Amino acid sequence: MSDYKYIGKPVVRIDGKEKVSGAAIFTDDIDFGANLLHAHIICSTEAHALIKSIDTSEALKVKDVVNIFTGKDFPFKFGLYMKDRYVLAQEKVRFVGEQVVAVVARTPQAARKAAKLVKIEYEPLPAVFNQLDAMKDDAVLLHPDLDKYPHVPWFFPQEKTNIAHWRKTRKGDMEKAFAEADIVLEDTYYVPRYAHCALETHVAIAKYDYSGRLTVWSSSQSPHTQRNLFAEALSSLGLTHKDVRVIAPHVGGGFGGKAGVTMEIIPAAIATKLPGYAVKLRWSREQEFMNTYQRLGLVAKIKMGAKKDGTITAIDHKIYWDAGAYVEYGANVVNAVGLSAIGPYRIPNVSIDSICIYTNLPPGGPYRGFGYSEFIFGLESHVNRIANKLNIDPVDFRRINAIKEGDTTAYGAEMNPSGLHQAIDEVAKAIEWDKNRESKDPKKAIGKGFAIFWKAPAMPPNASSSAFLKFNEDGSINLLISGMDIGQGYQTVMAQIAAEVLGVPPSKIRVENPDTDRNPYEWQTVASHVTWGCGNAVKKAAIDARDQIFALIERVYHLSQDSLYLEDEAVKCHTKKDFYLPLKDFVINGIMTEDGTFKGGPINARGVFMPEFSSTKGDPETSQGGHPNVHYTVGAGALILEIDKETGKMRVLKAAEAIDAGKAINPDLVKGQITGGLLQGLATVLYEDMRFDKGGKMLNPNFSDYKIPTSMDVPDEIIPIIIEVPQPDGPYGARGIGEHTMLPAAPMIANALEDALGIRIKSMPITAEKVALTLLDKEKEK
Amino acid sequence: MKEITFILNNEKRSVQVEPSETLLEVLRDKMGLKSPKCGCDRGDCGACVVLLNGKSVRSCLVLAIETAGMEIMTLEGISAKNLNALQEAFIAFNSFQCGYCAPGIIITVTELLTKNPKPDLEEIKEVLSGNLCRCTGYKPIFDAILDVTGKEVK
Ligand code: FES
Ligand code: FES
Repeated sequence: MSDYKYIGKPVVRIDGKEKVSGAAIFTDDIDFGANLLHAHIICSTEAHALIKSIDTSEALKVKDVVNIFTGKDFPFKFGLYMKDRYVLAQEKVRFVGEQVVAVVARTPQAARKAAKLVKIEYEPLPAVFNQLDAMKDDAVLLHPDLDKYPHVPWFFPQEKTNIAHWRKTRKGDMEKAFAEADIVLEDTYYVPRYAHCALETHVAIAKYDYSGRLTVWSSSQSPHTQRNLFAEALSSLGLTHKDVRVIAPHVGGGFGGKAGVTMEIIPAAIATKLPGYAVKLRWSREQEFMNTYQRLGLVAKIKMGAKKDGTITAIDHKIYWDAGAYVEYGANVVNAVGLSAIGPYRIPNVSIDSICIYTNLPPGGPYRGFGYSEFIFGLESHVNRIANKLNIDPVDFRRINAIKEGDTTAYGAEMNPSGLHQAIDEVAKAIEWDKNRESKDPKKAIGKGFAIFWKAPAMPPNASSSAFLKFNEDGSINLLISGMDIGQGYQTVMAQIAAEVLGVPPSKIRVENPDTDRNPYEWQTVASHVTWGCGNAVKKAAIDARDQIFALIERVYHLSQDSLYLEDEAVKCHTKKDFYLPLKDFVINGIMTEDGTFKGGPINARGVFMPEFSSTKGDPETSQGGHPNVHYTVGAGALILEIDKETGKMRVLKAAEAIDAGKAINPDLVKGQITGGLLQGLATVLYEDMRFDKGGKMLNPNFSDYKIPTSMDVPDEIIPIIIEVPQPDGPYGARGIGEHTMLPAAPMIANALEDALGIRIKSMPITAEKVALTLLDKEKEK
Repeated sequence: MKEITFILNNEKRSVQVEPSETLLEVLRDKMGLKSPKCGCDRGDCGACVVLLNGKSVRSCLVLAIETAGMEIMTLEGISAKNLNALQEAFIAFNSFQCGYCAPGIIITVTELLTKNPKPDLEEIKEVLSGNLCRCTGYKPIFDAILDVTGKEVK
């Protein structure tokens, strides 16, 4: 299959020049002139309270203040999968940092000054910050009207509780399976919340013009989803979808944080009250930490049984999610994990409870990995421990149980083609798993850790993609699609796919950031699905263009379509070797025939992809039936860790990660995902940590106190490994890999620590301090 | 408001500034130069780095009024003629993903290479430790710098 010209090649990014020259325009870079207004948001200081009164009279007197808005101005709910949130808080606040009042002024300074003069009176309510407490019978209810909230049919909220959704998966006979097991291990694992920390904070500008048109410029992973939510939420104004336009410039990092709709609804709603102006809202870094989606925290109780020979007989996985004050998106994270928390294993007897619980903390939502990193920490720690107890090498144990094509998943569907076993072998080889290492420094210890992973895109069954492709006079191409290049290199990969079909180099294909007015529908850029889903749509669009070209050539030159092919920006013919017609000669102006008339015309093509086999119609009590996940992407990782026994300080000496990309359309970009994702994952386990005080206020909402990796934290050596077991329904066999690269990081560290020092740490993050203290405790026990 | 004059990207420019305005605000909002980015507004991220009299500074921490009479260089100034070898290397190595960190990083590395045209990896890491990049894991950035300075890329 190596006869591809552009697929599988390390093509340079088509947006590279823009980004290294400073030309790339991000949302905050657009100028709106003197009619721009600035919104400043007053955030809740209470975790749970009734809003008794809001007094804006003094603030309104400040020079340059245009207006001040409160929840009363926008009395409607919105949300992606469940309508449980508001533009500005209504009657109640549910977390510290929640948006309560919007001051709009001609300058940011005036807005800030006026904000200080707004008086808000709260009546505090009992608050709950821990999901296990929130489950108790006497817990305060965050959403007493939960049963009235509209939601997607695959959510199961529990009336008069804080449980927004409960995904149950059941298979086999648990009792029998545990009775038959030679070993049963039960334990609990803890994962706190994390922040995406995209370098660009959320920003959106909205303008409602005098003709009744709403345009929103937004740093977003989801332009079409945003348009849909804006149009629905603001429909009372008579806005229809065609009146709402979302323009998405370059995005300075997303990682899930810019999916769906969060703060963007605020300027959109305000703009409708201030026609003619552009209204801008930009989160400060502090607001970015405190009021965007956060990665949900979890408490996971795992009970697993295995036979002496290493086969896993059963897993009972109960996962309690700290989902925060609003779960319109986060509940789907919980759902996804509830279907997949057996991990990439063949396990005949399964019970999973994945429970989405409201707490008075910021809303949980999508974060690269969509819940999988979180449960894989516990699961891959647990698997390692069972292997050790059975005296089976942890890698061999995984070889025994790792899922294969055709095995059944927890919900009864068949596993797709997968290179998991190959990934295990190649990682073990790259890291020299069998080699014994010892530190020359007596103060230091060295350990090795292994983990495997899988993840499926979590999407509605009808998440579709589409593409328009049009030729220009010189044979160059504009490809119009609506996925977002949030850094992963999507635009380049889409150009490569079109290039391969049409014989036009990617450098002659322009892919711009989308505008929902002219670019066709794409669900969202999440779930690592755009390479697969939108890639299919682009391929179909390119084939449509090719078909149009061949039909025209047949009509004019009477050459059979079967004999034609495209190469080097021209049409060529297998049966007539001297036939050669450059694309630029006809793709706009058509072909002149003998009588001077022209045939053909501009080549404009389209492609649509819908995963027509996907369905969420599983049984609510067991999740059996249906086909909720389109496929899984799998992989394995291992690392060598050096630990200072006195300080607990850890250094990753070497890490290897293999991922089954199906087909790496651009291997260089896949490797970029591996290095970037791995470091992001290592940071969550080694030092990142969201701290909240007793009142639910985040204590470290800045980069001095919430440490993300710097150039000094990069592992000494990273070995990226690409496996290619094709996905039959993917473009050229490709499936997505963007999120997966961070999945194995945390358990690899935990497992390496146990290997080196015999300590097992079951809560993240595993900081140097925690390691040092655990070692001290162990000393004391002796 | 006070009028100040400086040399911005090799051109003499004048602008009215408030005493409280940062250089980052003035460059972006008054001079129309958008390559310096705001990632934190408190000196933590390095996205706003520009050259001030040849030295890299975080423009979110510098008051514009203090830059009167000084020479300021942003990524626009560096790109004005042709992309330089460093920029070409960043393209060839697919060094950046979202690219939000790129202007700050390119300015920081430009200063480094002026001082030391052949830095080793440790030095590169150290100099870049004040420029956060959330996307790339830094490795493809190191690789491009090593390559352009004639070092072997592992
Ligand atoms: S914006 Fe200046 S250092 Fe972050
Ligand atoms: S490329 Fe996104 S922050 Fe560096």
